[in-house]
Amino acid sequence: MSTDYQYVPEPKLVKGDHSFGSITDMIAKTPLSPTPKLWYLAFGLANVLLITLLGAISYLIWDGIGIWGLNNPAGWGWAIINFVWWVGIGHAGTLISAILFLFRQGWRTSINRFAEAMTIFAVMCAGIFPAIHVGRIWVIYWVFPVPNSMGIWPNFSSPLLWDVFAVSTYFTVSLLFWYVGLIPDFATLRDKAKSKVAKISYGIASLGWTGSFRNWWNYEKAYMILAGLATPLVLSVHTIVSFDFAVSMIPGWHSTIFPPYFVAGAIYSGFAMVLTLMLIARKIYGLEDIMNIDIMEKMNLVMMVTGNLVAFAYLMEGFIAWYSGYIYEQGIFWLYVVGPYAWGFWILMFCNVITPQFLWFKKIRRNVALTFVISIIVNIGMWFERFMIAVASLSTDFMPSAWDYYSPTFWDIITYIGTFGLFFTFFLLFLRFLPMVAIAEVKGVMPQADPHNYDEDTQEFDATKTEPVVVQQEQTV
Amino acid sequence: MEADNKQVYGVLAEFRNPKELVDAASSVKKSGYKDFDTYAPFPIHGMEKAMGLKNSPLGWIVLGGALTGMIGALALMIWVMGYEYPMNISGKPFINLPIYVPITFELTVLLSAFAATFGMIALNKLPRFHNPLFNVERFEKASDDGFFVCIEASDDLFSEEKVTKLFQDNGATHIETVYDSE
Repeated sequence: MSTDYQYVPEPKLVKGDHSFGSITDMIAKTPLSPTPKLWYLAFGLANVLLITLLGAISYLIWDGIGIWGLNNPAGWGWAIINFVWWVGIGHAGTLISAILFLFRQGWRTSINRFAEAMTIFAVMCAGIFPAIHVGRIWVIYWVFPVPNSMGIWPNFSSPLLWDVFAVSTYFTVSLLFWYVGLIPDFATLRDKAKSKVAKISYGIASLGWTGSFRNWWNYEKAYMILAGLATPLVLSVHTIVSFDFAVSMIPGWHSTIFPPYFVAGAIYSGFAMVLTLMLIARKIYGLEDIMNIDIMEKMNLVMMVTGNLVAFAYLMEGFIAWYSGYIYEQGIFWLYVVGPYAWGFWILMFCNVITPQFLWFKKIRRNVALTFVISIIVNIGMWFERFMIAVASLSTDFMPSAWDYYSPTFWDIITYIGTFGLFFTFFLLFLRFLPMVAIAEVKGVMPQADPHNYDEDTQEFDATKTEPVVVQQEQTV
Repeated sequence: MEADNKQVYGVLAEFRNPKELVDAASSVKKSGYKDFDTYAPFPIHGMEKAMGLKNSPLGWIVLGGALTGMIGALALMIWVMGYEYPMNISGKPFINLPIYVPITFELTVLLSAFAATFGMIALNKLPRFHNPLFNVERFEKASDDGFFVCIEASDDLFSEEKVTKLFQDNGATHIETVYDSE
């Protein structure tokens, strides 16, 4: 029996006919050319939202958390939802830069810088919420083990304190990882810059990097170790965030499925956010050769897998509620489906269970417009997931006499909207002044970068060497 | 600048592509030079063998960071929770190791990451304000699409003619002597 076999080469990571020089020019031109008008417009809008956020926070500090819609059973509302949502979004960056690096996925190089930037700014937005939620923000430093005249120490057995350590470590490590990746690219910008100010600033940031191989040798080691450290870290962060809920005894929270389910959800929403931002940026900045359709498809695949993991977790929650024989767990699940927040549950089902199923189709995975729409729906869905967990579980707890309906106030809403101002202010600064694609890493995955792809005699690049030698098989029908 | 107050730093040669650079590095190494380095916009596969580099000691530095973080976190928590400020929380033991796992892990990772980043920067002798190589205008290409080898004058075997000859034989496209300014 003969089989229908044909060798299909791997798609090229960088599309189009590019040399090392043209890659540098394509990416370095944005930070080094004059600011486009559209950027000022976007930056202005982001600044307005940022000022709104600062105003909302100031009023919160002035008046206390009573300005939010929190009530007696629902002590956690939008602030905690937003915290978990932003932290979740922040998971894609480190996943892309660390886990995909360890798995030697060359396609990560086109989006890792971008996703890491998104991570850092998303974690900044996330960090604001628990900090302002403590009520007396001026003593927020009590969460750190600082020796003080009162002789008190934080309670290290509280998941909320673990969270402080997890999120601040995550932020710091992501920032270090991002900076290490940026050093060689700062050197590229330093060498390409014409203006004195740009030359000096990029020069300082590049620390005097020369591209010496003795330096690259330590650098690669450092990058690998950081990736190795960030991999368990990224999994630990949302695990610990889920402990905030799972270690308590509230029905709907006290569940062992939470850590893996939160991590899958975080990756799911993070990839959706990267896609949303990437599909806009590649168009505006003309980076379609690097952030190409093949990469979009791979990201859609990751979204499909994690989306189905999340959908499976919802099913399991229902199953375990029934199987446990614990009436409060059964009750809360029933209340999700038909209770006061059923509208949230069904939005969630639509966004997170039905929507990812479209990604089974290759045509949809490779369609830019549809992917963009799906990525937005996923982000909305993931917000509602946290809404259901935080609010729906709390407001209908053990005793019906204690139940109360939670709704947000004006301040809840504009604080959330304001965080987009913070996010986009930083993100636009990043797009404007930093290389949004890792220049050195993209060059490193090009076939021209591998000395084995060169002809021994002429020392010229030989494209045929990038493919294995194959025997053409006979075609049979 | 006058040539009198300049000191030779080394001889810099440019090659066309990564393959030629690896071959050149290997021939420089085999000619017995020790104080030399290659410069490229990205790390080149197989260069460590061509240059005969030993494994980077960074792993040991990171291990130091990791142990400091781990022991420090555990010591802090055991001391605070067990001796300095014991709190009875639902009758649980004061020293309760499983509870310390998350923070111990986070601090281990945090200090390891600091060690990895700053250890790498220190091993590379960065930050550095000036480098004689930056006197060469062409060297700007090293972060773009240029591939360079530099044999430094500090090498015992260094002689300008011999080094230049070696680079010529290896097919360098451009050879230039680098001077220390002042």
